[in-house]
Amino acid sequence: MTTTATIGTTIASDGFALDPADREMILEERGHYPYPQAACIEALKIVQKRHGHVPDGAIPAIAETLGIRVADVEGVATFYSLIFRQPVGRHVILICDSSSCFLTDYEELRDAFTEHLGIQMGQTTADGRFTLLPVCCLGACDRGPTILIGEDLHGPVTPGEIPRLLEAYA
Amino acid sequence: MSRILQSAGERRAETHPLTWRLHDDQSPVLLEEYLDTQGYAAVTKALEQHTYESLTEEVKSANLRGRGGAGFSAGFKWSLTMKGEGVPRGYIVCNADEMEPGTFKDRLLMEQQPHLLIEGMILAGIANRAKQGYIFLRGEYHLAAAAIQRALADARADGWLGADVRGSGWDFDIALHTGAGRYICGEETALINSLEGKRANPRAKPPFPGQSGAWGLPTVVNNVETLCNVPGIVNHGADWFQALSGDLSSDGGTKLYGVSGKVNNPGLWELPMGTTGNRILELAGGMRDGLTLKSWLPGGGSTGFLLPEHLELALDFDTIGKTGSRMGTGLLTVVADNQSMVSLTRNLEEFFSRESCGWCTPCRDGLPWSVKLLRALEAGEGEAGDIELLEQMARDLGPGKTFCAHAPGAAMPLASAIHYFRDEFERGITRPKGEAHADPIPVGSV
Repeated sequence: MTTTATIGTTIASDGFALDPADREMILEERGHYPYPQAACIEALKIVQKRHGHVPDGAIPAIAETLGIRVADVEGVATFYSLIFRQPVGRHVILICDSSSCFLTDYEELRDAFTEHLGIQMGQTTADGRFTLLPVCCLGACDRGPTILIGEDLHGPVTPGEIPRLLEAYA
Repeated sequence: MSRILQSAGERRAETHPLTWRLHDDQSPVLLEEYLDTQGYAAVTKALEQHTYESLTEEVKSANLRGRGGAGFSAGFKWSLTMKGEGVPRGYIVCNADEMEPGTFKDRLLMEQQPHLLIEGMILAGIANRAKQGYIFLRGEYHLAAAAIQRALADARADGWLGADVRGSGWDFDIALHTGAGRYICGEETALINSLEGKRANPRAKPPFPGQSGAWGLPTVVNNVETLCNVPGIVNHGADWFQALSGDLSSDGGTKLYGVSGKVNNPGLWELPMGTTGNRILELAGGMRDGLTLKSWLPGGGSTGFLLPEHLELALDFDTIGKTGSRMGTGLLTVVADNQSMVSLTRNLEEFFSRESCGWCTPCRDGLPWSVKLLRALEAGEGEAGDIELLEQMARDLGPGKTFCAHAPGAAMPLASAIHYFRDEFERGITRPKGEAHADPIPVGSV
């Protein structure tokens, strides 16, 4: 079955089945708001937590679960930077590139990461272990330059610490 | 781990209303301890002694100005909220989408003292006759999310949230909403759209959120630090709050000031509003590695650059406003003499360009254009007229040209960097006017 979204793309739902537990969680989130659309971002995050990213097929599945339009879910899923629409590594490394980290040698740290991992910003290592992405100010400017790996904040991080730091993330 | 919050002296309830309960080990203040230290006393007092009008009046006369950066009087904002008999009860939304470059104050309050925020929100709920509160927390603040969830559950179990708050007959609850990235969510109306599960484009004003906000109902959006100041005001009164800043400032209260950049001791301090930049930089141990301070941002990436001579000014909304900059969030970002203003401005404009939601043309198209020009100047490939063009863009991105303050925020560091450090920009010009730039780097790339 395919669902045609109003934004002009055809989104195949074949092959994607919303996990029953995720569906329950999405329905519970819906109860936190007066209108179901508000649970849309949380629904995308629930799917992403299980799959690592939000596969295209999840869009109509979420729309159906919440009883909202496919295009509305797609519009939201393409707006927010922490919703990943293609597979990412097991660990996403967010490197803060805002002014305070910039002034505490972010560019040097970024270059050390890209060199160590052999990928550019926005890319994933061939073994599927790490993805490198930039992020807005992580609110830890006293510890710049800072990075977030998964849910772990690190800072200040020096280029020499990278190999040992990444050992904890298999 | 370094301590974020540092002290210039002993922290006491009367002088450090935001931080006096905080632990040196940075563990959160839990409900029991909070209750043992005057916690939720302001809610009890408000429910017993205040009407929604008198509560609003107290906060208004305290002159509590919005700590998210705009400095708008919180009490005045509350007085504009549509409320009363026959008006549906709306929402209190806490703007906890802290993403302003150089700003790291709200995270501390939420991770270590979530009950203070919850108490402030309950009070805002009473004053604005709201039925529900939402804490709009940025998605990357995992530790804060856990602390808030625990605190909400504990407060609810103890009767401070939910139906019939502490037997008063008043209903009010709070839910945590976590975001999924994008700086623009911190803009008041974009935040409301995001809360509603939409793309975070700003809305045209009027109507202002106080008339028609979340789901069309009266909505008050306040910053974390602003709300955390409310319990103290209710407990001790508007006069006490005004006196906290003494002769230093006409704005009341204390402020969480901070410093980041190449200083010896970066961190946060709760100090009287109107403390000078020199004093704050002194607490931060001055510049490190023998560096000299060249410039500073008073409160985030969307504020204008200032010079060392401005450090003697009181850091409050009006005083810094007179320099043409803004106090913003009051967390200083310092620039050392060996750091390039052109590169830093390019970094800031890249940030604003990437974070533009794309709703208005000047912002969507102007910001990438400014990045292109700044990259050329940084690479020493600028052409005659580039600086004037950037100045014109800064004017055309200024207030009133776009739906929200994102583009004016981007224009401020751009215009001030050129104003104070024009020679650094001029050094990047090596081509006559009209000669094409070298192949530009695609601006959309990460």
